[in-house]
Amino acid sequence: MQITPDNIIFYQYQFVVINATLVYTWLTMALLVIGAAWVTKKLVVRPKLPPWQNFLEIVVDGIYQHIAEVNQQEPEPYLAFVGTLFLFILTANLLTVVPGYQAPTGSLSTTTALAIAVFIAVPIYGIRQRGILGYLKSYLQPTPIMLPFQIIGEFSRTLALAVRLFGNIMSGNLLAAILLALVPLFVPVAMNLLGLVFGVIQAYVFAILALVYIASAATVQEKKQSISMEENS
Amino acid sequence: MSDLALIGSVAMVTAGITIAIGSIGPALGEGMAVARALGAIAQQPDKANMITRTLFVGLAMVESTAIYCLVVSMILLFVNPFWNYFLNQGG
Repeated sequence: MQITPDNIIFYQYQFVVINATLVYTWLTMALLVIGAAWVTKKLVVRPKLPPWQNFLEIVVDGIYQHIAEVNQQEPEPYLAFVGTLFLFILTANLLTVVPGYQAPTGSLSTTTALAIAVFIAVPIYGIRQRGILGYLKSYLQPTPIMLPFQIIGEFSRTLALAVRLFGNIMSGNLLAAILLALVPLFVPVAMNLLGLVFGVIQAYVFAILALVYIASAATVQEKKQSISMEENS
Repeated sequence: MSDLALIGSVAMVTAGITIAIGSIGPALGEGMAVARALGAIAQQPDKANMITRTLFVGLAMVESTAIYCLVVSMILLFVNPFWNYFLNQGG
């Protein structure tokens, strides 16, 4: 029984190991990048849009509206990063219906990489919006006593982000494998269906949490002012 | 009992206990959260979108404790470090 696709090795040359996680990550990336490039090669502005351009516009505009709704601020700077995370995880999770495809999100390496990307993006967005001093000041925000807890929280939420996605996808795969041995006829199909739903929800949750972390680092000051203004009025 | 048998049996029992106890809390918490959310949607159906969105994010946060327990029990069962250590020692 395979817990992670890391153990399936396709090619090995000394310390360079090409395992299933890498190959399927590249496949997913290629599908997304080539698909997007092919659709956006000839964009038209006409009453009658080509179907694929229409589809992509719906997807991007949907993410845009959703960020604006969750965030209550200009979604433009967050759209690229959060949208890419969401689309990558969603595609990886949904492609598990293809036989032989091992979701790269079922490996702790992939999810850790994504979580570290969020971990690095938080200070980048924070410094860009508020300057280095303003960002560092946010660690001392309620009182300086909370500084160690803020730093611990920064690391532990990165760990939680990685383990949550990995655990959900891995448990779905494991459950499907165990049920395939126990009740091989209809039950695994229903479990796979449930796994697809969980895959979509987990992609959504990952993107939303990344958005919340980044946005909270970028806008603590404004929120505090607006709250104190509400209290005054 | 040899070291390997002891480690194997303790790992199995601990994995079972981990996932059993670890799933009680999140199950209760998720039940309460869903009950409250349903009540809120019944009172304010026009805010259903926002409540559902917050509910999903909250459920994922609550559920992650159960997922941690699952990961720990999987580590105990499949990639137990002590098991490998004693397997190498025993030869």
